[in-house]
Amino acid sequence: MQPILQMQGVSKAYGALTVADGLDLELREGEALGVIGPNGAGKSTMFNLIAGGVKPNAGTIRFAGQDITGLGAARRCRLGIGRSYQIPHPFAGMTVFENLLVGGVFGTGEAEKDVYDRCAGILDRAGLLAKANVRAGKLTLLERKRLEMARALATNPKLLLLDEIAGGLTEQECRSLVATIREIHASGISIIWIEHVVHALLAVVERLIVINFGSKIADGDPHEVMNSQVVREIYMGIEGDA
Amino acid sequence: MTDTKQHYVVERSTRTSRFASGAAAAIILALALAPWWAGLGELRILIEIFYYIALAQMWSLLAGYAGLVSIGQQAFVGLGGYLLFALAIFGGLHPIVALVVAGLVTAVAALPIALVAFRLTGAYFAIGTWVIAEVLRLSFAQFPALGGGSGISLPAGIVRDMAGSPEGRQFLVYWVALAIAFASIALVLALLRSRWGLAMTAIRDSRPASESLGVEAYRTKLMVYVLAAGMTGLSGGLIFLQKLRISPDAAFSVSDWTALVIFTVVIGGIGSVEGPIIGVILFFLLREVAADWGSWYLILMGSIAVVTMLFAPRGIWGLISSRYDLELFPVGRRLRVDPERRDRKE
Repeated sequence: MQPILQMQGVSKAYGALTVADGLDLELREGEALGVIGPNGAGKSTMFNLIAGGVKPNAGTIRFAGQDITGLGAARRCRLGIGRSYQIPHPFAGMTVFENLLVGGVFGTGEAEKDVYDRCAGILDRAGLLAKANVRAGKLTLLERKRLEMARALATNPKLLLLDEIAGGLTEQECRSLVATIREIHASGISIIWIEHVVHALLAVVERLIVINFGSKIADGDPHEVMNSQVVREIYMGIEGDA
Repeated sequence: MTDTKQHYVVERSTRTSRFASGAAAAIILALALAPWWAGLGELRILIEIFYYIALAQMWSLLAGYAGLVSIGQQAFVGLGGYLLFALAIFGGLHPIVALVVAGLVTAVAALPIALVAFRLTGAYFAIGTWVIAEVLRLSFAQFPALGGGSGISLPAGIVRDMAGSPEGRQFLVYWVALAIAFASIALVLALLRSRWGLAMTAIRDSRPASESLGVEAYRTKLMVYVLAAGMTGLSGGLIFLQKLRISPDAAFSVSDWTALVIFTVVIGGIGSVEGPIIGVILFFLLREVAADWGSWYLILMGSIAVVTMLFAPRGIWGLISSRYDLELFPVGRRLRVDPERRDRKE
């Protein structure tokens, strides 16, 4: 079967600083992939490359068979790539509900009235229904993170990119987040999830990759990757020879 | 998993806003009848208020909703004015027809200007728009046919043929001014209530996030810029149709057509439909009271602007609307769960 996402030799550098170095990645349709790596390894850059916020210097990116390397972020969203930002970017002057409508209307091209029910339903499931008419600028950090995900879902994505949404949550909040993401995954949406909270990640993903210095250094079964030499070197500072 | 099917209702108006629409209709009717209850002097002030409301609405739309802080809107005021004169003098069009054409042509002219200005962002965009307006001012001074640097008057014949009598001409200009003020408010309301209102506000609050949600930010900003330019050009045409005389310095004046407009929008409340109207009315009240105070008048105006920016960054309307949760012009979308029609299936 054709992969939903295919990155081939994707590179990006700002002057001498290389943030993506020949990235290769394939994602099956419906797959849930986890991404880990140290701070500054290039994980969020990978999302920017996939979602179109950043254009690569080299390589190609294909989504559902179509070459999207040269397309802007808005076009990619309408093709079915939804993303959340690591640092939430709420539309502070709009209400929470209007925040979702932006994704609902422009992510799908549907008429505004036709997306009211779906957006309200997403708010309900994200636990934000009570805040629907509150300005997004007044939300707490946790609510902002939920809004990030809800807004991305409103675009009806085929592929959802989640960037560190579990950080700073209590154990219980984290469990409910995991349940929500599992539901999203079960509904057939492909997911790539960058997360430092590894136990949450492992409760969802079927495959795990490790990014360091802008390239992929491990790729495979989540538990095998977690026990591999590279991960132990990066996360526990254990040198291979020591 | 709870899967209760709920019935959602989205409200596009509030009780206050429905009341306000009725009040607005009454006010517009009263204003339309002003030639029968007001003197020529009062009409002249009302005309000025109307075109400042239009200019203020357009600037607030640009800066408050689309995030385009322009200090070069005088480019379009001047273009509209000069086009009106050129079309009436050389094209032989009736000034009112020339006015409409001038507005349309100004909107078209805004496209190439935007292609240059949009390469800049933030403060650079602001300065860039100012520079473009200055270039236009200097360019129009180069046309001897349009009076060069000293300007030109609308020939007496054209003025005379505009209406049956001098009074009739004042009435005509008055009604056109009222129509332009009304149209500018209606344009902003229609935009904000449509999907473009969602897009513009989203771009203003976070451009990267809006694009990630499918909003074509560049195209949306371009559309708003062109619409605002067209309406500003129309206002410019009207301004000089009333003054009957145009010169590069008057037409492309940054202080008259942008700085003063920014003042009214800032004190009234940026990013709202109500704010610019309140700001313009307040400015004219201030001017009536304090215009004879010489430089103290300017110092007073400056102090008011500074105090407003420090203590009420969203202006007077911002204070009122957040205190009383008011919305006179309905642009929001309030979601309500309808409890009566809530199906319960466990």
